[in-house]
Amino acid sequence: MNQKENFLKGFFKENPVFVMLLGMCPTLAVTNSAINGLGMGLATTFVLVMSNVVISLIKNLIPSKVRIPTFIVVIASFVTIVDLMMAGFVPALHEQLGIFIPLIVVNCIVLGRAEAFASKNTVWSSVLDGLGMGLGFAMALTMLGSVREILGNYSWFGFKFIDTDGILVFILSPGAFIVLGFLIALVNQFTKKA
Amino acid sequence: MAQKESTFLNMFLTLLVVTALSSLAASAVYNITKEPIAKVQHEKQQKAIREVMPGFTNYKVIRVMPEDGKDSITVYKGFKDEKVIGAAVETYTNKGYSGLVKLMVGFKPDGTITNIEVLEQKETPGLGTKMTTEKFKGQFKGKNPANFKIQVTKDGGDVDAITAATISSRAFCDAVTRAYKVYNKVNQENQ
Repeated sequence: MNQKENFLKGFFKENPVFVMLLGMCPTLAVTNSAINGLGMGLATTFVLVMSNVVISLIKNLIPSKVRIPTFIVVIASFVTIVDLMMAGFVPALHEQLGIFIPLIVVNCIVLGRAEAFASKNTVWSSVLDGLGMGLGFAMALTMLGSVREILGNYSWFGFKFIDTDGILVFILSPGAFIVLGFLIALVNQFTKKA
Repeated sequence: MAQKESTFLNMFLTLLVVTALSSLAASAVYNITKEPIAKVQHEKQQKAIREVMPGFTNYKVIRVMPEDGKDSITVYKGFKDEKVIGAAVETYTNKGYSGLVKLMVGFKPDGTITNIEVLEQKETPGLGTKMTTEKFKGQFKGKNPANFKIQVTKDGGDVDAITAATISSRAFCDAVTRAYKVYNKVNQENQ
């Protein structure tokens, strides 16, 4: 697999949300507006890249039987660091995303990439993999959040175009399942091999 | 470099080193960010006090234990040129859709609500979060709880609830009611 492929596969071929169905908890929970989806996606991208780098660096030093606990400790540390840094230095952004940051720890995409990719590949490939997967995740979350916000609140990225309440079910949790189902069907329609 | 073998000693040492380094990194970052975080929170609180109690020159901090609730409520009694101009009450409720909601409620000396600021909430975005909008919290402005029933209309009160967020609206009313009770208590004790 070449480097370009390492980066691009996260968007469609192995998109964490639409194809692998990983990280469903944050996907369904935070995507009730476009900005929430984008924010969560970018924060996850950062943690994903950082943990991929560290894990690919130390992959040979970790006995395989304790690799999973080691990965989790590394990931959790990065999440804590990101959370504290954001709270201290970019409080406005932290106010928006604060509640989602701790959720990144339980996002199985991060652990999934650590186990499936970073622990077997070079640092540079792992960076590209993390970046591609993270941005693919962010893209999927933004799409999901956009649809739910547009239908559920008649607004997009906070910009309201009809001044009434939207179809509320899309903001609530059942709407997340409905929209995700339709989006997966749509993505499959376009990527399906003849 | 070959993969290290999974012997007991290797596993023990690896985990020891990894956890030690991680806690070292986390505590270092905690120390760096401790001050900025405290500063940000303090500023937010001060801003809320200024919003709900405009024109004060200094204030006195009074902590009160509410009759129903586990945490104390802080009352900032505002003075302007030695004269009481009202109070900002930092109140809370645990009845929000996702638990804790914290508000700063400003009162004039006669108990009229001047303004309300939301300090902390985790309500559903697009629904309960509308409690931070002027459309909802604005209806409390200039109302005196003595003749304005702080309950949603569904429960027989005078507050128009947020559409599809009755629980959040009820929680908001609960917090404001608590603030009013505490404010009255403080006023009576100081007279």
